[in-house]
Amino acid sequence: MTDVLERPLHLEEPDHHEHHGPSGLLKWLTTTDHKVIGLSYTVTSVILLVIGGAFAEIIRAQLASPNGTLVSLAQYNELFTMHGSVMIYLFAGPFAFGGLANIIVPIQVGAPDMAFPRLNALSYWLYLTGSITMLLGFFTAGGAANFGWVAYAPLSNSINTPGAGADLWIGGLLLTGFSAIFTGVNLVATIFYLRAPGMTMFRMPIFTWNMLVTAILILLAFPVLTAGLIMLYADRHFGTHIFSVAGGGVPVLWQHIFWFWGHPEVYILALPFFGMATEIFAVFSRKPVFGYKGMIFATITIAALSLGVWAHHMFTTGVVLLPFFSIMSLLIAVPTGIKIFNWIGTMWRGQVWFSTAMLMAIGFLVTFLVGGLTGVYLASPPLDFFTHDTYFVVAHFHSVVMALVLAGMGGLYYWGPKVTGYMLNERIGKIQFWFLFVGTQVFTMPLYLVGLRGMPRRMAIYPHDPQWKFLNDVSSLGAVLIGISTILFVVNLVVSWKKYPAGDNPWDAQTLEWFTTSPPPHHNFYRLPPIRSERPTWDYNHPEHHAVPHGQHVEPVLTTGESK
Amino acid sequence: MRRAAALPLAALALSGCTVPTFGASAGDTTSSRSVYHLWQGFSIGAAIIGTLVLVLLAWAILRYRRKGDAIPTQYQYHIPLELTYTIVPILIVFGLFAATMVVENKEVANPPTKVTIDVNAFQWGWKFSYPGTNAVVVGQTTQTPVMVMPVNTDVHINLTSTDVIHGFYVKAFNFSRYALPGIDNQFTFRAVNTGTFFGQCTQLCGLYHSLMFFKVKVVSASAYQTWLAGFTNSAAAQAAAAAQAGQSATYVPTKVTNSSGVK
Ligand code: HEM
Ligand SMILES: [Cu+2]
Ligand SMILES: [Cu+2]
Repeated sequence: MTDVLERPLHLEEPDHHEHHGPSGLLKWLTTTDHKVIGLSYTVTSVILLVIGGAFAEIIRAQLASPNGTLVSLAQYNELFTMHGSVMIYLFAGPFAFGGLANIIVPIQVGAPDMAFPRLNALSYWLYLTGSITMLLGFFTAGGAANFGWVAYAPLSNSINTPGAGADLWIGGLLLTGFSAIFTGVNLVATIFYLRAPGMTMFRMPIFTWNMLVTAILILLAFPVLTAGLIMLYADRHFGTHIFSVAGGGVPVLWQHIFWFWGHPEVYILALPFFGMATEIFAVFSRKPVFGYKGMIFATITIAALSLGVWAHHMFTTGVVLLPFFSIMSLLIAVPTGIKIFNWIGTMWRGQVWFSTAMLMAIGFLVTFLVGGLTGVYLASPPLDFFTHDTYFVVAHFHSVVMALVLAGMGGLYYWGPKVTGYMLNERIGKIQFWFLFVGTQVFTMPLYLVGLRGMPRRMAIYPHDPQWKFLNDVSSLGAVLIGISTILFVVNLVVSWKKYPAGDNPWDAQTLEWFTTSPPPHHNFYRLPPIRSERPTWDYNHPEHHAVPHGQHVEPVLTTGESK
Repeated sequence: MRRAAALPLAALALSGCTVPTFGASAGDTTSSRSVYHLWQGFSIGAAIIGTLVLVLLAWAILRYRRKGDAIPTQYQYHIPLELTYTIVPILIVFGLFAATMVVENKEVANPPTKVTIDVNAFQWGWKFSYPGTNAVVVGQTTQTPVMVMPVNTDVHINLTSTDVIHGFYVKAFNFSRYALPGIDNQFTFRAVNTGTFFGQCTQLCGLYHSLMFFKVKVVSASAYQTWLAGFTNSAAAQAAAAAQAGQSATYVPTKVTNSSGVK
């Protein structure tokens, strides 16, 4: 055990608990408290999840019959573009690193706030304005952006996509991109400089570790996207020819830039949710994270590999068929597999408590397993030639992203009580889980099959083939089940509103955020426990139950602890 | 477990007739068959690993469900176990990679051949021209142009695009490739069966992307020669083609729904 200089760990509880300052709307507008900003992020991103989900439901309704007439061809292109864009740019990332991470990471490391609170507020306002900017496209004459969420050149140039919707898409994405970069800076600085005494790097919870790695990936990847978007805008409006053949440019360059950001982005989205699931598995198995250090090295390995695989999205361009990209992509399966086995190892010989959060985490594991295994196929160029741009790919990434939604829901059920002070209804939560989990499989499985039978993605109408129609109908049914699960979540929020007080540590959890009150006070802590492992709260509450090192069955003496 | 790494290779070696299809099909070119066997190999690996994980998970769920307030022993590390599930997957990955490279090298090889077809994609149709002959076929959206090619012959495809990126995809060949502006994409098909196969643009290319169909008709060598010979008046064919291609910017299909039964 490392020796850490002791500091007084009890701060005097101030007489006036409450922070003095403006209240109500003005407080919200001017706040720099990471918890309030994080909550704004969470609420905004969940609203955007519902909006993106509504687009998806319209898409699925259109595809329920081959010659769907619900929307026009043009509207359909706008819908899947904005569905993908809202979900990836405006929901998944901001929910994870702007929302939960913003709230939880400072508390997990024992910090009073983020390192740069005002920058944090700026992130949120950039995110909100960026999101609104992008969605405003629907109110322009030409409609919203319609070139897919990847905006491939030259389809995205001013000749093929002249409308203002495309420019609003670029502008909105620039703004949210900056908000992501600022949050990344903030997370890195907070984690490196604001940890409480005793909180060494290898005592940080996995969620915090994953957010550190995510933040570093953000800093490496997002500036590239920003640069690319500026080039795209310049091509559209300033007469440059970076991506146009006519002016001596190279369209495929856009794909390189986009995916150089885009593949790390996949892990920028995934790692936070892996972190959420990891915490949930440990707490609800009443055990430490199995293979804690292996887990961290797996995360770092994934992040490192993710920077060298972008061209696996471009195999069918025929211009980047280097074996390098294939083997690097295949290798990502290894650290990912380590994580999966570690999650099961965490449950192994535990006392598994099937709360809603735990069910969501298990649902995440199963769904992610499917997405991960099908991803391995796509790392093999010949199999990618066969399935690229068919519904097989749509199914693959929806297995992944729906797994993330499951983990995110788990995160809300798990940390919600800490943030609000109130629990959500567990019974409704479990029903919601079953709708979401079953719905996800019913929605994705037929898409794998219809993709293998040759149905391309981004088709507003498709040839009438009884098999294709049947599989699409089943998939649409799954989308309905997912929609019901979303409604159940909203119902739960209403039903449970301020009803079930949570207490400080309702789950007998392990990490620092469960040591403080729910919700935490303005600067998070009045006192801290000694931090002698990655589970300070657990050590404090269960001084007899330290982690058992491999091969050792004697309890090591770690800390004197404090009496309760 | 070590044997798992060799499985995809073994599956490749097998004829594949007893191995399940895993949703794919062998297709109608030499490459499509290799791809199919590779598919089966990957699927066997995925099935084994997937089953293993699900069984372990099911066991954890059933066996370790909470039974009371007792706190379980706080096991955290098992280094040999962790090393096992690091090293074995690495071996499997190298197996998959080796199998991938075998198939890929075969698939992207461009053996010399006498038959070449220039495929040009445009918004929203296809133009198939046969260099050295008079044959040109052009068709937009629901007109579904047909690319005719001989069976059991290496056919060299030279794929280009006039405007945006399109995707040249023939399901029965288990193959797709982007048609990129400014780049000549080259590959070779060797069809092993005659028949008419469904093709479609797979890369989003604008408004009528979902209507950009074509067909591939594989015929016997003699039928192919007869078909080529049918294109006598080269000037007329070229003019017609140019006229049609020129419409593309303003072209609006009369019928936007397709139920022509193409498959
Ligand atoms: C309610 C659950 C969902 C349903 C029913 C759904 C449905 C769909 C469908 C049918 C498509 C294909 C459209 C087409 O190719 O024609 C699609 C595309 C897409 N979805 Fe989802 N989706 C859901 C959730 C999500 C989530 C949670 C994410 C990400 C976090 C996501 C990200 C995407 C992306 C990136 C695309 C590609 C858009 C494009 O082709 O440009 N989806 N979705
Ligand atoms: Cu990728
Ligand atoms: Cu197209």
